[in-house]
Amino acid sequence: MSEPLLQVSNLRTFFTTEEGIVRAVDGLSFTIHKGEKFGVVGESGSGKSVTALSIMRLIEAPAGEIVTGEIHFKGQDLLRLGDEEMRKIRGAQIAMIFQDPMTALNPVYTIGNQLVETIMLHQEVRKSQAVDIGIQALDDVHIPNPKVRMDDYPHQLSGGMRQRVMIAMGLSCNPDLLIADEPTTALDVTTQAQILHLMLELTEERDTAVMLITHDLGVVAGFCDNIQVMYAGRLAERGTTDFIFDNTFHPYTAGLLGSMTRLDEVREERLYSIRGAPPSLINPSNGCRFTPRCDFAQDICGSKTPLPREFGDGHWAACHFAPDLDLSRVKRAERVG
Amino acid sequence: MTDRNLPPGDGYAALDEAEGLTVEPVTQWQLFRSRFVRHRLAMMAAVVLGIILALALFADFLPLENPTDQLEDDNGRIVNLLSPRAEYWFGTDELGQDVLSRVIYGGRTSLTVAVLTGLMVATFGTLVGSIAGYYGGWIDTLLMRFTDLILSLPLLPVAIVAAAWLREAFRGREALSLAILLGTLLWGTLARIVRAEFLSLREKEFVEAARAAGARDRRIIFRHILPNALSPIIVNATLVIGLAIILEAALSFLGFGVRPPEPAWGAMAANGGRLAVGGSGAWWLVLFPSVALIVTVLSVNFLGDGLRDALDPTQTIERR
Repeated sequence: MSEPLLQVSNLRTFFTTEEGIVRAVDGLSFTIHKGEKFGVVGESGSGKSVTALSIMRLIEAPAGEIVTGEIHFKGQDLLRLGDEEMRKIRGAQIAMIFQDPMTALNPVYTIGNQLVETIMLHQEVRKSQAVDIGIQALDDVHIPNPKVRMDDYPHQLSGGMRQRVMIAMGLSCNPDLLIADEPTTALDVTTQAQILHLMLELTEERDTAVMLITHDLGVVAGFCDNIQVMYAGRLAERGTTDFIFDNTFHPYTAGLLGSMTRLDEVREERLYSIRGAPPSLINPSNGCRFTPRCDFAQDICGSKTPLPREFGDGHWAACHFAPDLDLSRVKRAERVG
Repeated sequence: MTDRNLPPGDGYAALDEAEGLTVEPVTQWQLFRSRFVRHRLAMMAAVVLGIILALALFADFLPLENPTDQLEDDNGRIVNLLSPRAEYWFGTDELGQDVLSRVIYGGRTSLTVAVLTGLMVATFGTLVGSIAGYYGGWIDTLLMRFTDLILSLPLLPVAIVAAAWLREAFRGREALSLAILLGTLLWGTLARIVRAEFLSLREKEFVEAARAAGARDRRIIFRHILPNALSPIIVNATLVIGLAIILEAALSFLGFGVRPPEPAWGAMAANGGRLAVGGSGAWWLVLFPSVALIVTVLSVNFLGDGLRDALDPTQTIERR
């Protein structure tokens, strides 16, 4: 793996609410290398999106606050940058694609207008050049007739087309890192595959690193080099895609894999389901936060917090009993290659 | 379809062309026009307002009597209180001034006040509302409490006191002083509406996307959010324009508006009312300025309605 691009260490992002402090991200560290496809997986509320917004420094004060941590991007700590310096990084070096392409484009401007705006915000070009770059960007995401489409309003495009436009906008300034926050969740399945394929193709071409946030393990499986599974604001397990799928160490990861439907098998029994619901992140209990839902929990789990440990080759897991648990009861047979 | 030879080039477009079918893209301006034209009331209102505006603007070029001249007949007698007739379409008032001319010139005063008030309200209300709604926190609290203060003022008493004072300060330019007064008193509602719009719009994903693309606050407020809040602003601004015409009339009616002999609709109606109550039977002194006022206010409101519907780019279904 090449040089590190983004290094997040000990990130804690808390939100103040009337009920108390929500520890949305609570001590998370990870590294994304240049050109790496990095998947972040977890349930709703596991802190995936908050991690992304923290990197972009888009956590809304005063409710939310990055309490501790360092986010090193190409050698500089983003958390120490001034607002104006950070603004120049957003969109130019770190771009972001949002979940719902229906609402992520401004309904009162043509897509050309919005593309050109983004381009001119970060590149020293004349309007006419920006228009050319914009048309090229639309062509790159395989939008037919890009010149004509530039004059369309967002509501004139389908969801898949709009997400293509978002990708075109995100990549128009050749960022080093593209953060895609559930980019395919709002799309139908066939479009999902196309969009993922397109993102992979374009970012491979440009050697852009991607942080792909999703709750769909099927999505990351085909896309990512490395996967990070998050639970309740913390790391559960991280490793290469093959490791995570084949040598699962953490009961939570196993549960996620076990609850996936597969088309290539006939099942007699019910699918596995992880019992219970994610814990509240206000005053969470001591110990492993997965304890109440874990089939393998023992006394130590409720009292001592398991720190992430490395088991070689960048495979990390935060479980007291890793790698000794026999998870086959939860997770089914190896995936069919 | 299999037996056809597709022409070379990009499939369907070339096929369409071969069949003589061409699809012209509809521009947003064309959509706006067609939607607006379909809105019959608004169309009519626009025409009526256009006529009233043109009359007021070009009154000097019309074959009219001077609105402040006391007219005399051939024998040198002042022609006062004549009912409408061929020489004086709208009749003359008690001083022998031509009512038609005064209604037209009066429109100038009333419309100046109304448009200036509308502009002031739109500018100030939008600015206060958008800053309060976008930033929130103590800025919001401060601006909104100030807005509440303005809104809690009893409109007419305050307007009367302030108008009495302002018209001394602005001697000879009462229209301007009225516009400043009304503009200062009426922006509160719009500020609240704009703030509410901003509160919901700032949570939209496209705002977050703009921020993630590195846009500055100013750009997000004025380029990304404000255009989305345009329709309530337009509707409210037109309502304010209508209200300003009415309030101008009310203040003139009470004697705190434009000074006679300068013509203004409210003052003319008030004056006519006094004479009518006095038993002169001069109905034309009340009727014509009042009709002018009502027609103008109605037209402005209808126009606002039509503009709101036509300006919304996502609305594709045309009315009626």
